[in-house]
Amino acid sequence: MERASVTLPVDITVTVNGAPYARAVEPRLLLSDFLRHEIGLTGTHVGCEHGVCGACTVTLDGEAVRSCLMFAVQADGREVGTVEGLAPADGPLHPIQEAFRDAHGLQCGFCTPGFLMTLVPFLRDNPAPTEQEVREAISGNLCRCTGYQNIVEAVRLASERMSATP
Amino acid sequence: MGRRYVGERVRRNEDRRLLTGHAMFVDDVQLPGMLHLAFVRSDHAHARIRGIDASAARARPGVAAVYTADDLGDYWQPGPLLVPPPPVEGLVFNEATQVPLARDKVRHVGEPVAMVVAESRYLAEDALADVLVDYEPLDAVVELEAALAPDAPLVHERFGTNVAAFVAQRHGDYERALERADVVVSRRFHYDRGAAAAMENRAVAARWDPQAEDLTVWDTTQAPIPIRNGLARMLGLLESQVRVVAPFVGGGFGPKIMMFYPEEVLVPWAAMRLGRPLKWTEDRHENFFATSQERGQVHDAEMALTRDGRILGIRDRFLHDTGAYDPYGLTIPINSQCTLLGPYDVPSYESEFRAVFTNKTIVTPVRGAGRQHGVFVMERLLDLAARELGLDPVEIRRRNYLGPELFPHNFDILYQDFAPLYYDSGNYLPAMETACRMIGYEDFREEQRRLRAEGRHVGVGIVSYIEGTGIGPYEGARVTVDPSGRVRVATGLGTQGQGHYTAFAQIVAETLDVEVERVHVVTGDTREFGWGTGTFASRGAVVAGSACHAAAVAVRGKVVAMAARLFGVDEEQVEVAGGRVGVRGFPERALTLGELARHANPLRGAVKPGTEPGLEATAYFGPDHGSTASGVHAVVVEVDPETAMVEILRYVVVHDCGRLINPLLVEGQVQGGVAHGIGNAFYEKLVYDDAGQLLNASFMDYLLPTAMDVPRVEMAHMETPAPMNPLGLKGVGEAGAIPAGAAFAQAVEDALPEYGLEIREIPLSPGQLFELLEAARATSPHLQEAAG
Repeated sequence: MERASVTLPVDITVTVNGAPYARAVEPRLLLSDFLRHEIGLTGTHVGCEHGVCGACTVTLDGEAVRSCLMFAVQADGREVGTVEGLAPADGPLHPIQEAFRDAHGLQCGFCTPGFLMTLVPFLRDNPAPTEQEVREAISGNLCRCTGYQNIVEAVRLASERMSATP
Repeated sequence: MGRRYVGERVRRNEDRRLLTGHAMFVDDVQLPGMLHLAFVRSDHAHARIRGIDASAARARPGVAAVYTADDLGDYWQPGPLLVPPPPVEGLVFNEATQVPLARDKVRHVGEPVAMVVAESRYLAEDALADVLVDYEPLDAVVELEAALAPDAPLVHERFGTNVAAFVAQRHGDYERALERADVVVSRRFHYDRGAAAAMENRAVAARWDPQAEDLTVWDTTQAPIPIRNGLARMLGLLESQVRVVAPFVGGGFGPKIMMFYPEEVLVPWAAMRLGRPLKWTEDRHENFFATSQERGQVHDAEMALTRDGRILGIRDRFLHDTGAYDPYGLTIPINSQCTLLGPYDVPSYESEFRAVFTNKTIVTPVRGAGRQHGVFVMERLLDLAARELGLDPVEIRRRNYLGPELFPHNFDILYQDFAPLYYDSGNYLPAMETACRMIGYEDFREEQRRLRAEGRHVGVGIVSYIEGTGIGPYEGARVTVDPSGRVRVATGLGTQGQGHYTAFAQIVAETLDVEVERVHVVTGDTREFGWGTGTFASRGAVVAGSACHAAAVAVRGKVVAMAARLFGVDEEQVEVAGGRVGVRGFPERALTLGELARHANPLRGAVKPGTEPGLEATAYFGPDHGSTASGVHAVVVEVDPETAMVEILRYVVVHDCGRLINPLLVEGQVQGGVAHGIGNAFYEKLVYDDAGQLLNASFMDYLLPTAMDVPRVEMAHMETPAPMNPLGLKGVGEAGAIPAGAAFAQAVEDALPEYGLEIREIPLSPGQLFELLEAARATSPHLQEAAG
């Protein structure tokens, strides 16, 4: 009986990047799996499934959360933002994305969506951070390729550009 | 020649796809009717399998199949030996390659025992607990020296020993060196295991199409073409019936060159058998057990020197942990053996190693692939010798560098590519001088004294290394001018973030004088390009880059010849510039490359005998020898002797990878490598207990460096061109990670001179450093007072 309670589908509606998605999901389904496999937004990546690497970071009602540490049912009725929502298809990149490109802030790119979704609310709340603040802000996101240096540089670049264009 | 691209800081062509979340990784593959996999893995490091009962799992709703070794029939075969042992006299090699599913015995924790196929990953994992495996636990082989004890349990009984290999190589006469030596420094050094920890775990998906009779496999491999070739052989298919795609791969760092992992063998087989597409994605927990690891070695090494610090010879005997199986042959310990010699003139060398089977995860190359062990031993011996002789660490290195007049330089020992160890070019002393200047070595002692007076303990470490890169056998590329005027490049390499989409585009763009954004590179899809080996040993840019260059030069030749015919002029009068081709001095007599490509593929008329349609060429590059990159790392650390915490204050890298294709990419490779090296030096150690159980199999317990731990790397490039390839390239993929441990050890010792520390073990965790400090305090009462 215990098992049935986690596998019996529940109806939820989650707004993702502004569009509502109504699905019947098992209560045990992780939000990361919901995004990737139920609605096909595979830009959110899963690196550890225990909340350390930060690759799966998305925004929930505007704040950065780890989608591998949440169940999809917990996002019922709420707004989720993923990397796919940052720039319109074929349109210009978001300034943070653009800065990552200009500063070579990504190599394999697997961790990148998590960094971007961590940085969007961070730069909203702290538009002109110090290097130390940037490093603290991204210290919950692991990257094995870059050594972080160019990511820190990208955040500086993005912060300059975003404050120059209100 | 028009615009230069090679050597420019060009932004990457691939970034938009990655930044918008549209780049495809293997776990993104989702096909109608797809089934999912989970593996029953051994909980024991060493145990006999008495029986497996999968009946309850098979009966569970949603489970499509459960397979054990017995269900595989003839398909159950040990994997191939990837790299046979090199032809060294007296070599012993006991071959024991991994098996798809354990049969009789398990040999490491995490070894797959059964495979569950179900409608979802959740259901497959539910069913794992239903598979009952009856184990008879055996004593585990964990420590290297204990593994060689006469009464040690045996990982593979059939050999009667845990020795996987024995190799002795020498050049010169070390015994004579010993006789002549004024000083002999002799120590034991330990290097321990870490994880490669690519952010993307491994994954394999497969689909059999019964109508087309072909198999498509998506695999997070660094070597899609050898995977295709092996699968075709195992499954009885033509190579052309198998397509292996390594799409975007989320970091490789070595383990993704290992083949065949059991999952790579089993997923395609089960997809064909069940007639449904399948996917398996490793989770992080599995990754700690099921993905190959590296770095366990114990060295007993000695260096003979003259009174003035000239090396006369080195003798090294070491043990190498190869884990439960040895499919990668001897690449790692041979890299250790050869790289130890470094940038130095070493007149005599005796080196022998034993590779040892243990009940731990398989060992195959991880970024550096044995090179850091050699560098660590050599650089530590030099530091110890300098201390004994009263020489400055920089000075002793200066006295032993190979001078520029000694290149190319040959040693009489064989390297991992089976060719004699060969340095193509190098210029070592200027790199050291540059590093000293950048880190402020001259003035550092004064600064150190000043800070010491403030109660701060800072130290500097400065070490050299070389890296054999860019080895054969070959890679290829096909360059095609599309009728749209865009240029397509296909190569057989897989790519894991190195920037191949851009670096190869730069080479081709410069040769054909088109914009770099208009060069579209395809990598890692065997249907696009079917010849090649893979991305390993810092060779992609060198070997495939040279092939791209050769193919682009051939296409340029076709462009010029065709335009000359079309315009009725001599080839010398043809000008290729800005994506157009025409007659020099007559701007109206010109076509775009796209228009010329359409002319080259006519619907009527004749393609002249001896010519080919299209503006396309394929070329291959296979170097006789690799090219030897080199560099110097210098680090300033601050140590708190109370807490044993070490903070890195500055990190300088002077690096020479020959001619740079793109400094932006090179710097990125080095910065990432340094971060990996810092992790190896101070944070990352896989801790096994006496039963062979891994105690820190999560990112909570196994610490990867974060943005708070990795310093800004200050970098200078030197460019000593490689003579072996037309662009003068050397590899750079592993360089950053190789010398970090040695630099770190020297700097920590230097920060605490009164403790007289000898750091002979990497990784050096704060806990281990604390123990070294405590031991020093126990023997020196004045240190206790100072610390108290």
